[in-house]
Amino acid sequence: MEALKQELKSKIIEVLNLEDINIEDVNDDDPLFGDGLGLDSIDALELIVMLDKDYGIKLVDPKEGKDIFQSIETMGAYITANRTK
Amino acid sequence: MNKGVAITGMGIISSIGNSVEDNFSSLLNNRVAISTIENISTVHIDIIKVGEIKKTNEQLIEELQLKADNNFSRTAMLGVIAAKQAVDNAGISSINEYKTGLISATSVGGMDMTERHYYDYFDNEELVKFIKCHDGGDVSQKIAEELGLKGMVTTISTACSSAANAIMLGARMIKSGKLDRVIVGGTDALAKFTINGFKTLMILSDGYNSPFDNDRKGLNLGEAAAYLVLESDEVVEKQNKTVLARVSGYGNANDAFHQTASSENGEGALLAMQKAFKVADLKPEQIDYINVHGTATPNNDLSEGRAIVRLFGEDNVPDFSSTKPFTGHTLAAAAAIEAVYSVLAIQNNVVFPNLNFKTPMNEFNLIPQTTLKYKNVQHVLSNSFGFGGNCSTLIFSKSE
Amino acid sequence: MANKTYIQSFCTIEENQIKVNGKILFEKEQSLFSDFSKSVYQHFNIDYPKFFKMDNLSKLAFLATELLLEKTENEEQENNTALVFSNKSSSLDTDTKYQSSITDKGSYYPSPAVFVYTLPNICLGEISIRHQLKSENSFFVFAQFNPLFMMNYANILLEKNKATSVLCGWVEYFDEEYKTLLYLVGAEGELEHSEESIKKLYK
Repeated sequence: MEALKQELKSKIIEVLNLEDINIEDVNDDDPLFGDGLGLDSIDALELIVMLDKDYGIKLVDPKEGKDIFQSIETMGAYITANRTK
Repeated sequence: MNKGVAITGMGIISSIGNSVEDNFSSLLNNRVAISTIENISTVHIDIIKVGEIKKTNEQLIEELQLKADNNFSRTAMLGVIAAKQAVDNAGISSINEYKTGLISATSVGGMDMTERHYYDYFDNEELVKFIKCHDGGDVSQKIAEELGLKGMVTTISTACSSAANAIMLGARMIKSGKLDRVIVGGTDALAKFTINGFKTLMILSDGYNSPFDNDRKGLNLGEAAAYLVLESDEVVEKQNKTVLARVSGYGNANDAFHQTASSENGEGALLAMQKAFKVADLKPEQIDYINVHGTATPNNDLSEGRAIVRLFGEDNVPDFSSTKPFTGHTLAAAAAIEAVYSVLAIQNNVVFPNLNFKTPMNEFNLIPQTTLKYKNVQHVLSNSFGFGGNCSTLIFSKSE
Repeated sequence: MANKTYIQSFCTIEENQIKVNGKILFEKEQSLFSDFSKSVYQHFNIDYPKFFKMDNLSKLAFLATELLLEKTENEEQENNTALVFSNKSSSLDTDTKYQSSITDKGSYYPSPAVFVYTLPNICLGEISIRHQLKSENSFFVFAQFNPLFMMNYANILLEKNKATSVLCGWVEYFDEEYKTLLYLVGAEGELEHSEESIKKLYK
């Protein structure tokens, strides 16, 4: 789980082009949207593509993302429970 | 109020009909045309439904009697069909007799063809001709050539508000005396590019779109083309033309909020509507029917609804409906087909129903007109909003 | 034309070099546009993380605009600057990136973040968001830069009071080839807004 969370941090920074943020800046419980990393709706969709591409998880309703993408912690837990690759 | 610019002809091809009459009849009889896609092979075939014109490219080529070695995109063919109808409807026999222009909107352009052959150009020399039909301007040129039009030709591409901006530019050019006559409208064919794009934004419905419903799940894409002929009052008088209706107001503003999403309070939409009222010199209470943009995405309807509430007041909103449950969202053609529907509403004193509506939205008390309603329709307001924050409003009025 | 109009400031970006009002403000050794644009962002201490999510066309227009337009202090205050941009490749650079993502059957993951930039008016949208411009904006696609058209268009907007100033010019990007000239036109200034002077700025 620790490794997965580190992996997620670096992937998110890369995929979402968060140039000004380093892995160390992101805490497991930091909110990803809103005040946290300041992600927006397109970023959420990009994360949904990432779930599909890298972990074989297909989300149908974008609203599901809201709970899953709260923080690195919640994302890690969801991926661990649902991943197919 | 201001007199506005005369509309003397219109033409349309959409999934609900191949002519103005067919479209009108479908709107009166709830003939919806959202169906499984047939003309494009896509992996999404089982998941999405679209407003597709059930004619193959071969049938369109035959209808237009194009040469075997033509490089017409589907977008161009649909455009030619609708533009020719509009010119005929306006009773124009000699197209270059007056200073006549064409302002055509498209967002897809010829990419329905270029994406089809994307990997085959190097292997098959015969396909190379299609590369030339890719850009939006080619669509307009082809329409102009088919009409024999020699005057000004230009293309507008501002996503889903494109055709509204084409109509607005045309009206301005007539008003300023730069043109005597102008054919304005838009055309877009279905393409994998847009299907996949809207799919990645997760704003496609897996069923039938239900604008302004609390449980709306997104839009159905569609394809269509529609054109109006606008003429100066001088030409109308000289030729004793019948005026179908008038373009009395128009406005465009940027929402300045997000690349694709509309702002929560509908600022851009509000500004566009306010500008249109100013141009038309009309008051909100004079509007009899709003043909809303109403794409049935959670975001659009909330934002547009809020703008409408801000402008009209929650208790004073006139009858409104989205016609997208009939046709799907036809992108750059949307404002053009909805302009035709607005004129039909004025001519026939009827408000078209907003189909698939069940539950009012939580955020406000706005109930669309869900059944066909006959009443005096003097002024219609039509909204169209595009990616990039591009918000446009048109007002159509009965010709006195 | 009733009143004279003036070019108040101008900015060019090409070949890893930025000039404002003819003065070189920044240059960099041969580099890719992604590196160059990042260096510019850092050099001018721009604080707008969304910049890195933009496509190349938007980045190019954003940087030039950043150096020309004053920050809007008050978000509520109406900024009546119109945008009139032009280029020859529209959003083709991003269109081709997106097209490859839907044609590769082996790796079929179309990106929403790329798709949203497949229109040139997203570039106008980005500038409008940054500077809170709710004014008129247009993006024209021409085979080549058309100074006369641009001049007339800007003058009409000013004459009809559609805008108090107009940011216009050329923003072209395709596959590492880029060139930008943006200039701000208004009622006051020293450099006359004429076809000749625009041609000179564009070279």
